[in-house]
Amino acid sequence: MLRYILWRIAAMIPTLLVISALVFTIIELPPGNFFESQIAELRAQGETVNLQEIEELRHQYGFDRPPVLRYFHWLGGMLQGDFGYSFEYQLPVSEVVGDRLWLTILVSFVTILFTWLIAFPIGMYSATHQYSWSDYGLTFLGLIGIAIPNFMLALILMYFANIWFGTSIGHLMDQQYLNEPMSWEKARSILSHLWIPVIIVGTAGTAGMIRRLRANLLDELQKQYVMTARAKGLHPFRTLVKYPLRMALNFFVSDIGSILPSIISGAEITAIVLSLETTGPMLIKALQSQDMYLAGSFLMFLAFLTVIGVLISDIALAFLDPRIRLQGRSTK
Amino acid sequence: MTGMKSETDLLRIENLGISFSMLGGRLEVVRGVNLRVLPGKVTALVGESGSGKSVISQSVMGILPNTAKVTGKILFTDPVDGRSTDILRLSRDGPEIRALRGSRMAKIFQEPMTSLSPLHTVGNQISEVLAIHTESTKDERRFKTEEMLGLVGFAKPSRTYDMYPFELSGGMRQRAMIAMALICRPALLIADEPTTALDVTIQAQILELLRDLQHKLNMAMLLITHDLGVVANMADEVVVIYHGEIMEAGTVGAIYRKPQHAYLKGLMAAVPHFDMKPGERLKALREVPVNSETLWAKKKPVENAPEILLSVRDLVKTYGIRKSGLFGKQDKTLVKAVDGISFDIKRGECLGLVGESGSGKTTVSKILMRAVTPDGGSVIFDDGRGKIDVLKAEGAELMQLRTRMQMVFQDPVSSLSPRMTVQNILSEPLEIHGLGDSAYRLKKVRALMQAIGLDQRFLNRYPHSFSGGQRQRIGIARALALGPQLLICDEPVSALDVSVQAQILNLLKDLQKELGLTYLFISHNLAVVDYMADRIAVMYAGRIVEIAPREIILRDPVHPYTRSLLAAIPFPDLDRPLDFDTLKANDTSNKQAWGSQFTGGTETLAPADLGGGHLVLARRNADARELRSW
Repeated sequence: MLRYILWRIAAMIPTLLVISALVFTIIELPPGNFFESQIAELRAQGETVNLQEIEELRHQYGFDRPPVLRYFHWLGGMLQGDFGYSFEYQLPVSEVVGDRLWLTILVSFVTILFTWLIAFPIGMYSATHQYSWSDYGLTFLGLIGIAIPNFMLALILMYFANIWFGTSIGHLMDQQYLNEPMSWEKARSILSHLWIPVIIVGTAGTAGMIRRLRANLLDELQKQYVMTARAKGLHPFRTLVKYPLRMALNFFVSDIGSILPSIISGAEITAIVLSLETTGPMLIKALQSQDMYLAGSFLMFLAFLTVIGVLISDIALAFLDPRIRLQGRSTK
Repeated sequence: MTGMKSETDLLRIENLGISFSMLGGRLEVVRGVNLRVLPGKVTALVGESGSGKSVISQSVMGILPNTAKVTGKILFTDPVDGRSTDILRLSRDGPEIRALRGSRMAKIFQEPMTSLSPLHTVGNQISEVLAIHTESTKDERRFKTEEMLGLVGFAKPSRTYDMYPFELSGGMRQRAMIAMALICRPALLIADEPTTALDVTIQAQILELLRDLQHKLNMAMLLITHDLGVVANMADEVVVIYHGEIMEAGTVGAIYRKPQHAYLKGLMAAVPHFDMKPGERLKALREVPVNSETLWAKKKPVENAPEILLSVRDLVKTYGIRKSGLFGKQDKTLVKAVDGISFDIKRGECLGLVGESGSGKTTVSKILMRAVTPDGGSVIFDDGRGKIDVLKAEGAELMQLRTRMQMVFQDPVSSLSPRMTVQNILSEPLEIHGLGDSAYRLKKVRALMQAIGLDQRFLNRYPHSFSGGQRQRIGIARALALGPQLLICDEPVSALDVSVQAQILNLLKDLQKELGLTYLFISHNLAVVDYMADRIAVMYAGRIVEIAPREIILRDPVHPYTRSLLAAIPFPDLDRPLDFDTLKANDTSNKQAWGSQFTGGTETLAPADLGGGHLVLARRNADARELRSW
């Protein structure tokens, strides 16, 4: 097991190297760089340009050297935890992202929990009561959930939350706590704002998960071993949980691989509509304004999370499913 | 059914009707069924697929699907306290019925592969029954489970307890299933086709085990099967069901010696058996007229064609198998699926290839069709129009080969594309080879349909609207479309019911005669091969252990493996019961039990000629007397 994990981690290194090269190439592709466009902009505004200062910055970030060297510089920096400099915010990337990352992770984890808590009971109920009126009703609700675009739901909820609860639900906290250090009041404010993005982002995911769980469970419920369990005299609910549900979990675990990166990049549009302090809108802005290092760091981080997520789901699958763990040891 | 003493019946089914709600109506699958099971006795419920026998067994345990509606009475009288319960009056999945299931009545299923959960250990799944029905500690349950595993024949029960079902072979899984069913010592065991998915030697072992345990635990059994041979060896009473209605019922003696109903008589005549006279035909319940008049201008024997159509020499195919999984050391072991096979197929004959699962017979057929590339050996096809090296043929030569060798597959469901009409399926080979225009192809397709006895109106139908037997006929027609010389039939009837099986076998025989075809007929069923083949080759672990004309191999088998195969076949004949004791004492179905003249010891094995085309794989220097004295 340990051997396998070590081997997988070692295999991640070349994967990430290739990705970093691709990311860097993409960042470099647009003509010019941030300094040239800044100089042009300043000149257009009729201001004097401190060429000396810019030259220093250019030198500091290695823009006077060939791209290959700059790539290694960037790579080496990342290895030491220096993700470069955001020209747009005039701050190191790590400081720009900072707080937002934690808020994003908070929103995402609560959303995932929300999705699972709602989707599991409903999916199980739907599958065991297939083609009943309650199944049709839940299916209908689920389809509505899938069909309504998140941003629209966000607008609707914003409106009604304001009317009914008097909460202004833009942002993840009340205005006064923005850029404040963390305090109890701030935490409370965050929690009271949290439910709206969670519901909005979670709806589509929940609906989708209900559909998939229902489909997977229906497949499994047909299997012979369910009949075997019933023939043993096992209680129907125990049967459902111990056998088909356990089998249906595989798809769910494989999902972890895609959940991790979506924590960072997910739900951008909703976040923009609600002006949430998450990383989604920042990633989009960085890509739009060609803020190279900020965008590059995001992309690298996404890649890293994907690779880690896949590793985690593979290990979890091996733990869950003995067929994967013991594959090939069959004595047949 | 006269003379029944109802008060002693363990299970008594009265006027049972089962129907399923379908779109726009109800489908009646069982009508007015009466049957009984006596305490400590075996009642066999015999019928073909779709006759409703499995549904009846499910209704006894109350595990029918939601959509089923049941009428009538199912009385279960527990011999321990003499209490009668009408199963149908109990609430679905309620506590009363759950107390019966697994504890007083238990069931084993046909498919040992799918009826155990792959995610839980064998021990977990078996001891669960104890956890449900008895007050016991974990250690007690483990102890009892291991005891039961030992009883059903596991050598190391404590090791098996922690194994997963997929780590066991099919026969072992069925044993685990039996252990699970019997752990609470039920009064009634329902065995739904318990050996159908197993090899014949394993089947004999499982049947023996079931009989043994049934006597030991004084348990009643409802045995559901389509195999009249199994019935003759196991049952005390027989009930024959056809289309949801009981045709005939009585003691096994009465049924086998004096079958009354036309259906049962037909069923018995449709099973190939070893006492058939040469040239005797099976009587299919529904015979298919073969008319190949329009197919080709009859037989066109090529002048001076050589006697040997296909010559196979020293075929070897090795598969690498990763021995341990993700978490251990990764070493590859090589498994020889085919280990130096040589044989000839003569023009116009049918060579039968017999072997159990894993013996490599399907790999051989795949190599011959160029679907698998062997590691070594040669295959030469020669029909008098020039020799073709089958393994090296490329381009035009390979295309030509395809018109001369074709294959009939085992599974008629998955071997026909569900998205093509019959006409598309049959004319596709002609299109691929660019034969004729569309008018010619249509004419040819019609002739093919006629040859296999299917109505031409069916041309625009899709495969799903045909029965299994009809689909297999379409598969045969597809193989015949290009007018091949050699047909490789890989288990063509093993997925079919007995009555349909006879029909397909007769069709293949007729086609062979009319068109002068040559067959390589692969099957695990010796009786079927015996009916079809002129010569029979027996495969074991990738090698042909014995090859001889069919009369010789059946009357005078030499190799221990062939003998064990023959001894393990259950005959539908009360006077030839399986001799379980001898079977157990001289189990030669695997290599450890063979004499040194067959295992070879340290020396190499080679085919020894016993005369008359009878070859046996034996130690190089063994003489004929030594081989026979075994």
